[in-house]
Amino acid sequence: MIMTLLLSLISQVGTDWGWILNLLFYVIFIAFIFYGQRIQFYVWLREVEGSLIRLKRLRDEGRRIAVETIKELGKPTEDPSERVDRFLEFFAIEPVSLDPAGVVWKLEHILDVRDTRFKDEVKLMAPAADETQINNLENTLEAALALNIIYKVIRHFYVLGKKTLSLYIIMQLQMLLPLIMREAEAYASALKAFAYGQPIGDGAGALVAAKLMRGYQKRKIAKDVVVATVPIEGRTAYVLKAEGPGGNVGKPGEAIKKLIEENNGQIASIIVIDAALKLEGEKTGEVAEGIGVAIGGPGVEKFKVEETFLKYKVPVNAVIIKEDVGDAISPMRKEIYEAADAAIERIKRVIRERTKEGDTVVIAGIGNTIGIGQ
Amino acid sequence: MSRMTEGQTSKISLLVLVVIFITLILSFLSIYISIEAFLANDDLSATYFLIVGFIGLSISAYMLSQTRRRIRIAIKPPPIMTTITCEKCGFKNIREFQRGDYIFKEVEDTCPKCKEKMYISAIYREVKEKKEEKWL
Repeated sequence: MIMTLLLSLISQVGTDWGWILNLLFYVIFIAFIFYGQRIQFYVWLREVEGSLIRLKRLRDEGRRIAVETIKELGKPTEDPSERVDRFLEFFAIEPVSLDPAGVVWKLEHILDVRDTRFKDEVKLMAPAADETQINNLENTLEAALALNIIYKVIRHFYVLGKKTLSLYIIMQLQMLLPLIMREAEAYASALKAFAYGQPIGDGAGALVAAKLMRGYQKRKIAKDVVVATVPIEGRTAYVLKAEGPGGNVGKPGEAIKKLIEENNGQIASIIVIDAALKLEGEKTGEVAEGIGVAIGGPGVEKFKVEETFLKYKVPVNAVIIKEDVGDAISPMRKEIYEAADAAIERIKRVIRERTKEGDTVVIAGIGNTIGIGQ
Repeated sequence: MSRMTEGQTSKISLLVLVVIFITLILSFLSIYISIEAFLANDDLSATYFLIVGFIGLSISAYMLSQTRRRIRIAIKPPPIMTTITCEKCGFKNIREFQRGDYIFKEVEDTCPKCKEKMYISAIYREVKEKKEEKWL
């Protein structure tokens, strides 16, 4: 019925359709001249809005997983939701760097206080959780916190752009969003990994060290760091990593510094193994070798090693396992796991080529050791 | 673990659906009239109706794709595998990850071949890599 009506209606105006369309074309053309940018603005705004909705869902999902995991592992007497909400708004202020001398130690102190505060909060939220579970819960909450921050920052610029009708704010946001979304998705994936205590890509260095030190006596050398004395290729190697299997990065810089000082600087080489960000086009799990301290993060641990190797003139070699940012905080990929054996072979080659038999070397496996024992 | 966790799906406005539907009907009508005009040797009208029809179709397809994109919001945790290896004979058993598993953990199960202790030698996820262009 409606179809027939429409058909007859359009057929009636069919003869006049030509000039109507012509007029319509000119109207659209003129409208685009004056309002083209505005139309583009609303198209981008809609795209940003879509991503923002997704980010909000990821943030809410992160909060939900954190609360559920705390309830499951920590057996709290009261609902932890309020504490989790407070935790998600937590911030740490960087020390002033107007006078840069000594800023590293101030930063270290702030990070230590932050770490202690996080652990205390988690202990209060989850009284029944053991040490490993506390570390994993802390990591879970940190991932939820990261998702909350990403959501809030994007929302800030979205609302600001909408309020000021600024094309440039929305344009920058729309252009950066694919990268930001990748990171947010990675954090969302990390949430489950942390909640269940699964190894993540960042733990590649810790995995290499764990493989080397397995079966040997371990001792604690620095905060959350263990070391084992392992004979490798006729040399004595001090192999160190963060203490697992809880989510932990420890203080590897402090540990390396202590080992060098314990040996009065008589270390033939330091070999640092870490996961590193790959460039697009490179293969995940590719192993590369270089020099320098391959320790990420805020730079405190890297600084400590650099200060010590400079004092004793110890050569530093680095072996990296390549992965992208998403892989680094998601459950460990098979390629990265398999790359650990290739990295061990590379370390052995470096030892054979760069040191003599009977020398002492330090091998440091850097990264979050969640889901990796020793 | 590999179970799909569905996120909340957003409600699509009925108005949007009605607009898409009407645009689609009008677009098809326009194409139909253009064919009729073409058969009646009215080439000018046929061309105009064809252009209008295709523009309408493109707009409704775009709007529909946007709505579909909104529906698919879900976090799918990848399947994580745990490899358990025998210390003595190297026998390997692969199963899904269970909470509490960690690399180098000694498990209670004994090797079905030599009855020796077994340990977790690997925990990983498998990802099917998208094929990259060959010249890269």
